[in-house]
Amino acid sequence: MTPDMFFLLASVLFSIGLVGLVSRRNLFVLYMSLELMLSAVNLLLATFSKVLGDASGSVIALLIIAVIAAEAALFLAMIIHLYRTHRTVDSDSFNKLRERV
Amino acid sequence: MLSLIVILPFLSAFLMALVYLNNTKKKRYFFYSLVGVGTPALSTVLSFMVGIELLNGSDTIHHTLFQWIHIGDFNIEVAFMADRLTVVMISFITLIGTLIHIYAAGYMKDDDTYGKFFSYFNLFMGSMLLLVLADNPIMMFTGWELVGLSSYLLIGFYHKQSSNITAANKAFILNRVGDFGFIIALSLLFVSLEGTGFTFESIKTNITMINPEMLSLIGILLFVGAMGKSAQIPLYVWLPDAMAGPTPVSALIHAATMVTAGVYMVSRYSFLYVEIPDIGLFIATIGAASALFAAIIASYQSDIKKILAYSTMSQLGYMFIAVGLGAYSSGIFHVFTHAFFKALLFMGAGAVIISLHHEQNIFKMGGLKKDLKLVYITMLIATLAISGIPPFAGFFSKDAILVTAFASEHYVLWGMGSLTAVLTAFYMFRLLFSVFHAKGKKIHTLQSIPKLMTYPLVFLAFGSTTAGFLGVNGSYGGNAWINTFLALPDLELHIAHSTEYMLGGLNVLLALTGIGLAYKIFAKEAKEVKADRLFQKVVLNKFYIDEIYVFFILKPLLTLSDFIAKVIEPKIFDGFINFNVWGYRRSALFFAKLQNGKVRYYALYILMGVSAMSCYLIFKLGVM
Repeated sequence: MTPDMFFLLASVLFSIGLVGLVSRRNLFVLYMSLELMLSAVNLLLATFSKVLGDASGSVIALLIIAVIAAEAALFLAMIIHLYRTHRTVDSDSFNKLRERV
Repeated sequence: MLSLIVILPFLSAFLMALVYLNNTKKKRYFFYSLVGVGTPALSTVLSFMVGIELLNGSDTIHHTLFQWIHIGDFNIEVAFMADRLTVVMISFITLIGTLIHIYAAGYMKDDDTYGKFFSYFNLFMGSMLLLVLADNPIMMFTGWELVGLSSYLLIGFYHKQSSNITAANKAFILNRVGDFGFIIALSLLFVSLEGTGFTFESIKTNITMINPEMLSLIGILLFVGAMGKSAQIPLYVWLPDAMAGPTPVSALIHAATMVTAGVYMVSRYSFLYVEIPDIGLFIATIGAASALFAAIIASYQSDIKKILAYSTMSQLGYMFIAVGLGAYSSGIFHVFTHAFFKALLFMGAGAVIISLHHEQNIFKMGGLKKDLKLVYITMLIATLAISGIPPFAGFFSKDAILVTAFASEHYVLWGMGSLTAVLTAFYMFRLLFSVFHAKGKKIHTLQSIPKLMTYPLVFLAFGSTTAGFLGVNGSYGGNAWINTFLALPDLELHIAHSTEYMLGGLNVLLALTGIGLAYKIFAKEAKEVKADRLFQKVVLNKFYIDEIYVFFILKPLLTLSDFIAKVIEPKIFDGFINFNVWGYRRSALFFAKLQNGKVRYYALYILMGVSAMSCYLIFKLGVM
């Protein structure tokens, strides 16, 4: 397998994540899209590490996985909290930042 | 000393204003009289001292008080200058001004606002003295404006009546029209001189560096200023209305201050006007037209003060004939003699008005000869003087002007002047006969006149008799002392003595004709003129000039203002601004929609931004 295929896969994953982030409303889906984008970047890092023969890329990828784990805990807690206060997980109902004329 | 003459009246005006404002109810008759009359008297003494200094040989006296404006080459000093012309002016301004102040102390005695009156009065004197003693045109303009201001204050002095306020406004606004010309002339003069100094002396030296066309323009514009102040056609309409003020004010405006400012100004710029004789001729023509025009109107008026007002305008016309034709000394000489008899006439009229409980219609008076003997005699002297009967003052000065017109071969001007002389004698004696000779209409209970009002009359009667001897022509055995003393760039006249005698005789004859005519019609019984014929009706309504002004200037102006206020301002200007506001609101609302508070949209915007940047990097800069 050539590295090109990995690059392509990473790009596709990142794009899917981005589109999901923009087009979906469920907070869980949004969270999953974010994770997908992070994973795509991670994949890219690991690929470059392999291609260039430099271990630091893999190290960073491992660190990011640790960060993702922490993030997952935080995110899920926040979503649960939002659901408790608003009884919904629709992201469009959290629009307190909108302009008021 | 020179600056004190000007500063003293201003100081006393300020002091009296402070004292008056401190307690407006309190009378303080003695204090106001002392300060108000004392200060002009002091100025008179100082003026005469300056006069003596000049008589002893010094040419001009300069006195710089301080530097006012200094920007690069532009340097204006608060400075005073007294040359011979100035000395003649200040001597009679202060002398007659003081007499009018004394008279006013009697006239205004019972007025509640005595202090205010004298404060304004001294301000008026101070402004006029500032105008006359100024060393540079800017200072002169300051005095010029202050004269306008104080005349406005005094004309509208009885401010409880709205017609008086209208009269004051009229005087002020018409003077503004003239001042506009004046200030443009000054600006042009300054620009043309290219920073070679802006005092009268330096202008005089550098006048040749201005080309004739520019000089003519400046000359005309300066004269526009004179037209306003000195009530010449077409800016004269304020003068009759200015009679709304108290009589001493009229006397001060017409004799000592204000109206003579225009003649003085033209004489002051005589070095400019000698370069442009065509403009001089224009001035003389306007003067002659005003003289004749005012004399015709005066012959049909029935208000004692209005007759005198028009007679002032007529006499000012004479002065402008003189200065226009280049006989500056004769013009100033007539200003000088006119001050005496016109002050006297106004004071006499004021005395009559007071004694008749503020009656001003001459046809409701009559037969006052016995009761007001002193007033009658002094007014007779003044009337003889203004009519040009020798040896009273008016004869010599008027004769000098008419001789100038004749000798410089401007026969039309001379004819108009002579015709005016007939009319002058006619309307003045018409006034005198109606008031003092004709049968009284009803038995008046005369109010007594304060003594203070009669002393100045006697003094002025003396002046009206003798002031003319200062300028007796060569042909009458004099040496025209005033002409020699003034040393203005006068026109050289070559005229035989016999012709001069003939002209003088003719003048007297014309005056006697006017007197005879007036005697025939008005001496026995004075009847008010009825306007049956068209001409009489037109003259009685002062040629409808006021109405013409209203129709051609005031109405269009008001209509235009109305149009601007109701259409242009709300529709166009406000409309433009409101349209802008509307536009900003609309675009703001559009952009506000983007900020909808939904996070995923914000992510979309970020995506769009990043995409745009990427496209730019890739396609424009060719990073890949």
